[in-house]
Parts: sequence; C-alpha cells; structure tokens
Amino acid sequence: MPVQDGNALAGPLSEVFAVEVTSAWRLCPGCGTDSTVGALRVYTMGTAAVARCPHCGEIAFRLARHAETLWLDFGGGGALRIPVTG
Amino acid sequence: MAALTPGFRARRRAPGDRLPPGQFTTEGFPVLSAGPTPVVGTDRWELTLTTETGDRRSWTWSRLMALPQDDLTTDLHCVTRWSKFDTRWGGVSLDVLLEGVDTHATYAWIESYGGYTTNLPLADLRDGKAWIAHTYDGRPLPAEHGGPARLLVPHLYLWKSAKWISGIQLRLTDQQGFWESLGYHDYGDPWREQRTWGD
Amino acid sequence: MSGWTVARLVARTKESDTARTLHLQVPGWPGHLAGQHIDVRLTADDGYQAVRSYSLSAPADGDQVAISVQPAPYGEVSPYLVEEFPEGADIEVRGPLGGWFVWRPDRTEPVLLVAGGSGVAPLVAMLRARLALPDGPAFRLVYSLRRPQERWFGDSLDALDGRSDVAVDYAYTREAAPGATRPVGRVRQEDLLIDGFTPAQRPLCFVCGPTAFVEHCADILVALGHRPDRVRTERFG
Repeated sequence: MPVQDGNALAGPLSEVFAVEVTSAWRLCPGCGTDSTVGALRVYTMGTAAVARCPHCGEIAFRLARHAETLWLDFGGGGALRIPVTG
Repeated sequence: MAALTPGFRARRRAPGDRLPPGQFTTEGFPVLSAGPTPVVGTDRWELTLTTETGDRRSWTWSRLMALPQDDLTTDLHCVTRWSKFDTRWGGVSLDVLLEGVDTHATYAWIESYGGYTTNLPLADLRDGKAWIAHTYDGRPLPAEHGGPARLLVPHLYLWKSAKWISGIQLRLTDQQGFWESLGYHDYGDPWREQRTWGD
Repeated sequence: MSGWTVARLVARTKESDTARTLHLQVPGWPGHLAGQHIDVRLTADDGYQAVRSYSLSAPADGDQVAISVQPAPYGEVSPYLVEEFPEGADIEVRGPLGGWFVWRPDRTEPVLLVAGGSGVAPLVAMLRARLALPDGPAFRLVYSLRRPQERWFGDSLDALDGRSDVAVDYAYTREAAPGATRPVGRVRQEDLLIDGFTPAQRPLCFVCGPTAFVEHCADILVALGHRPDRVRTERFG
C-alpha cells in the first residue's frame, strides 16, 4: 500500500503555509484522537494526497498540485493548532 | 523557469496504437488508494442502483453471480502514468444491470465502501464499455484491487473504475467525485490525455 | 529557506554495491535538524518534472548536505540519481522540510531508532547528530536489513564499537553476519525490548522504512507499552 506519513507532505505544505505545518496538532472531530500533521496517514495518487486521522481514517485535508495550480481542501477536517511565538 | 536536469528523461515510451500519450507500461499492478482498504465480505455485500426518480434496485452477491457473466481482456491506464496491457477480468456488464431501467439521466455518480466517489456520463457505462468486475486473472478480485467487486471502465483513466463499489446513482446533472473535485479531469480520456482540469 | 533552489552535485560516495550518497552543495543552506528531508525536483528537456523526497543522512557540513539513494528497479528517478546524474551538474531542491520526525539535540530522554533497509538514512542522521555532542542521551539503533553487504554507513557504525551509550544492533532477515547469534528473520518483540530503552525509561522511538516494516515495528513498540505519541514513524510508501 502506498501509505505514507504526514511528514511526506512537508514540501507541498510549505508552498501554502508560512510555518512548518507537520508539527502542528490536529484534534480529530470524528474520534477525538490528537495527532500531529506529521503523524497523519497519507494516501497519494500522482501529485494528489489525502491526509487522514491515523486512528479512525477520517479525512483531515486533501492536497493536489496540478501544473501551476495548488488545490487544498480542508472540508470539515478539524482545526489545526499551530504553535507560534510572540 | 525550472532548471533542466541534464540527461533526465521521463520513463515513458513513444505512444502507439496501444499506449496512450505520456504513459509507460508496467508488468506489475500498482495499488493506489485514497484511504484504507475496506473489508467487505460477500455475505453483506450489496450493490444499489438508484434512478433520478428514486427508483432502486439492488443486488446481493448471490444475485450478482446469478446474472450473465462476461470474461474480458483489456488494457488499463492510470493517470499516474502506468499502463498495464492484457489484464484478464470476469464480471457483469453494466448493460445487464441497466436493462429495463427507466431513466432520463445523463450522468452516473458512483459510490464505494470506504467513502470513495467518482462521476462519469451514463453513456460510458453502456454498450459493452463497463463491468462490475469480481474476478481478476481467474481468481477472486483481491481487496487491495477493489474486491469483492469494483467498477471497470477501461476506456477511461483507472480512477473512474471505482474499487469496492456500493452504489450507482443515475442523475440529470453532473457532480464531481473524490478526485474530480481535487483537480482531476471530469471525464478522463487517456487518449486525449485528460488528466486534470483544463486538459 | 522556502521554495526551490539550485543545488550542485559535488561528490557521490558508495554506501553498498548499489546505493550511493549524493553530496549536494546548496548555497545559503540554513542548516537542518536530524530527521528532516529535502524534496528534489528533476526537469526533463520536454518540461516533464518529477519530485521526490529524500532524507538528509548527515548533519550539514557548511552549505553541503547529503542524501542517500537506493536505486529502485525500473524507477524513474532513483536509478538516474545513482547512475547518471553527473557530478558538477545542478538539480533543484527544497528544504529543510519536516518538524515532527526530527531529533533535537536539547532532548534528554533515551532514543531508540528502528530502521528497515534504506530507512536507516534519517536515523543515522540522528545518531550522527548525537555523536557530534560531547555528552548526551543514550542511543540505540536496531537496523534490520537482508544481509550484511547491504549495510549503509558502515564506517560510521563500525566506529561505535566499544561504546555502550550509543550502539547498534543488527537484525538480518535473510543472511546473518559471520558470528551473529540472532537467528535470521524479521524484527521480533525481543529485538526491541532493550535494557535502557524499555517503556519505563520513556525513550523517544523513531521507526523508518517500508510501510509494512514500519507498521510491524510500531505495533510491537506500542504492544510493549510505549506511548503511541512517542513512537514516531516515517513510511516510505
């Protein structure tokens, strides 16, 4: 199975976010599991990826890079908690 | 403008009568999935066809197996650029399932166990172009490849051939499925290289 | 550093009969944490692009970084990088990337590293970052590989002989080294139940390798009693 961890999305996510997002935390609205983005399960098809809760499999977000367009779908995937300074 | 990488070439062959543009051939059978593999026993498997007026018919595993069966050999083309020639399948033609169904729908919305969805014109399910496949290479279709049964629409990119199919809704209007709503092409013809929106 | 930048291949060194480490010079490299990776982008003359991720296998040496590559049979990128990409040529890279599967040198708890095959690369980067410190937590690497001649980073690992605070155990799956007492086979619970690295000592565990290997080892660690959030994984997919 081509499953990977959220770590693998650090590069594509760096095109969207000004902060390092794989160390952000996500509380799963489906099952209550708290995990980092880096610990989500990632399924890929070509240049698209689906990040899911490592416990219940609910979708956290979807990301795709097609030519000059970046697609990002957070749907109802739960809030990200991103530590910031200041 | 990106810097050229000297000597780097895509692993593709010259397109020909059998190989669509931008593809390469593989002997393996890569497994791609948008999520964990659902475990669906044939004892609780069911396929439901719903028309635009809400009429429903459904098939249990034993009813599906009692229908006329086809054997076919076909080539597969995945949008991730691999193609696999001469795959052998067994299944039930969608023509059999759609026979006598009263509908004015132009679109089909496909649902799967596990939550996957895809969309395609209803015409692409008719006239011997699509099957509910349950047998691969003479054996029951493995779960990782969509077993117990998947949609098989080999003239379109393989993401249209939904694994673990559970339902077909016939609709008057089009709606984008799982990958189509993330930038993949609404139709997905490999010969016109319809990979993404705008292709 | 954000976005793509041009790096130059300055040297290619041998890790095994087939694997190579690529030493890349990246002007303006900001430094990185052990466990981080870079994305590499290749562009063919017809405009086709391929992007792959590779773990950094050593601490930065000024503006030089290292990735270690196993050529995949019929692969599109890895055989090119190992066999064809010319020294002195340029390639685009993006990074350093990732903030979860990393070891920070201010951590004080023991560290248990579990590597399957080429998954050893980011874990050796962590081990090397620890060795760069005069003093630090205990490290243990459990390195699962098919046979001794497929071992990467042999010189660095052999240099650990005689140390007790930083050490490596080998788990051969097909063919053992001469004199090895462990029977060949996949990683078992007893391979990961190590004095000083039990759940009671609350080590940080990092597991990297092919998907099936990572899931097998992470399941063992959690079954032994390690807290799931202290078992960090990186699957190659």
